[in-house]
Amino acid sequence: MVLGGLAMRRLIEEVFLATFDTPELASMEDQARLPLGDVIASGDRLAFTTDSYVIDPLEFPGGNIGALAVNGTVNDLAVGGASPLYLSCGFIIEEGLPLEQLRRIVEAMRDAAEQAEVRIVTGDTKVVPHGKGDKLFINTSGIGVIAPGVELAAHRCRPGDRVIVSGTVGDHGAAVLQAREDLALEGGLLSDCRSLSGLVRDMLSTGADIRAMRDATRGGVAAVVHEFSSASGRAIRLFEDRLPVRPEVRGVCEILGLDALHFANEGKLVAVVAAAQANWLVARMRQHPAGRDACVIGEVLPDVSVQVRLRTLMGGERLLDLPVGELLPRIC
Amino acid sequence: MKYVDEFRNPVEARRLGEHLARRMALPELQSRRPVRIMEVCGGHTHTIFRYGLEALLPEGIELIHGPGCPVCVLPPERIDDCLTLAEQHDVILTTFGDAMRVPGSRGSLLQARARGADIRTVYSPLDALQVARDNPDRKVVFFALGFETTMPGTAITLQQAVEEGIANFYLFCHHVTIVPILKALLDDPFMQVDAFIGPGHVSMVIGMTPYTFIADQYRKPVVVAGFEPLDILQSIVMVLEQLREGRTEVENQYIRVVSRDGNRQALQAVADVFALRARSSWRGLGEIERSGVGLKPAYAAFDAERLLVAPSVRRAEPVDCRCSEVLKGQLHPRQCPLFGRACTPEHPRGALMVSSEGACAACHQYQGRG
Repeated sequence: MVLGGLAMRRLIEEVFLATFDTPELASMEDQARLPLGDVIASGDRLAFTTDSYVIDPLEFPGGNIGALAVNGTVNDLAVGGASPLYLSCGFIIEEGLPLEQLRRIVEAMRDAAEQAEVRIVTGDTKVVPHGKGDKLFINTSGIGVIAPGVELAAHRCRPGDRVIVSGTVGDHGAAVLQAREDLALEGGLLSDCRSLSGLVRDMLSTGADIRAMRDATRGGVAAVVHEFSSASGRAIRLFEDRLPVRPEVRGVCEILGLDALHFANEGKLVAVVAAAQANWLVARMRQHPAGRDACVIGEVLPDVSVQVRLRTLMGGERLLDLPVGELLPRIC
Repeated sequence: MKYVDEFRNPVEARRLGEHLARRMALPELQSRRPVRIMEVCGGHTHTIFRYGLEALLPEGIELIHGPGCPVCVLPPERIDDCLTLAEQHDVILTTFGDAMRVPGSRGSLLQARARGADIRTVYSPLDALQVARDNPDRKVVFFALGFETTMPGTAITLQQAVEEGIANFYLFCHHVTIVPILKALLDDPFMQVDAFIGPGHVSMVIGMTPYTFIADQYRKPVVVAGFEPLDILQSIVMVLEQLREGRTEVENQYIRVVSRDGNRQALQAVADVFALRARSSWRGLGEIERSGVGLKPAYAAFDAERLLVAPSVRRAEPVDCRCSEVLKGQLHPRQCPLFGRACTPEHPRGALMVSSEGACAACHQYQGRG
């Protein structure tokens, strides 16, 4: 890959415009122009978010950085109760990145956007010299619309509320660890990278009193539940025997001495809902492919305290901590 | 998951807890209260806290969390030496993940890596050897640490390096041995322990016989145990049976892994590569004679200590640190005035707060500071 005006234009046309193929991009103006009518018709507030994606390796079982960059931002909008509408994407490409790989990543973005029913309407590309970046960084920003009456906020958690997770915990973290470190484990570890917007739409349509929702990315389910406790000032208890964890993910955890609750997910949300509605909300979630393994994993306690407790398999109780910095495997 | 779930059966755990309560009510054990049992190994400490096992134990049984976390007892000057090695521009330092956060006097390996040193975590010393094969123009140092559990892996890796003639591979060796530290604790007049839960993985290598002196000379029961919740509970049952019957023996609860004589091949590799040092230093416990190993002269060419101009000198430990009292069962982690205040997992001051297998760190992580 070479720098230079002509080459850059060809790159943009061949890879990005050909793949994304939206009228806003094709117009090649300096900005996307978005009709306000669509926005006003579907809600009374805008949701706006941005995230940058860096991951090693760029491609992993179950996804790649492109799918991640679309789904991650879509999910950040969705868990606020917003319907995602538009995305921007910015690429920082290190010279030497194989064009074939870039194409695969961009195609994954297109497919993910299609699936999430969101449109990539503006973008930017920079190529930096070899050694000045780590292969590829992607930034995406997203705009969505929140319907009237939807109020999801972590501080709304009340004593007695139930904590729900939308599916198996830790799949993405385990898959990336396996791909990065070549742990030579058998069995199909796959990232759960996917859009949650359809699932959230179904959840909201039930009319259940959902207090709060977050997607459990970095820091895992443990980090999200800590955020809920911190914002609401109430202790939260999780039940170890109810946590859905795939056997192959458990295998990684057992070998490395890590906890699946701390692993990143890229297609799982944690929600808090009024107790009386928890079971039928879960039943409804299970009808959606992104919520097939949804279940209740915990409850909000009356205790005024910022604390997450875990009822262990053995019936004892302990604190569920936040991981200190990066996850490091233990030797014995 | 086979060989795991069977040993985490909650119904069985409750049953064992009730059995322990009935045993503790017998007159011959009631008179011995409190029964203090030390689990030697950091892996056991971790299981006890992770599953909240103490909640299942009847009153009168106290668990004392022993010295067997190799990461906790790493002395700061050895980390300093690793930093010095890693700062040499032609060196790649490799080690286990646990060692990355251990503080030396100039910070941790994690911090050195953030400053630009080439430090890589590996899962096995063989991975470090692969790094050496892949980088023939760099010196690849493996920081080898751990008790007898990890010694054979290091030894076999070094033998392999010799066989392949890999000249850019070095070992910085801080392997330590379990028996001298147990003896040092037993000889301490303040030591308050009635029985031991012996380390499972160490025993898989060295077997059962090295512990007979504890039963014979010090008259204390030893039960070598596995690492799942039921392993620990069952080993406590076995300890109580010995105390009740007035026996002091070395028994094996971990029969699915440990044999009486250990692993002969592993021991041979260890004997080929390592020799006892006159003395080794332990964070929290000071210097202990013949408690660690270095490379034999035949392997001197691979010794990373050759790459150091001068090894770092031992520094005095913080005077307010009371790790040694916790290790001897005189003090519960929470009773230490530094616990959760001046000494936390993010900023450990004492040895036992360093790794999640240290008694204080496990207590802080799973039970909180309050």
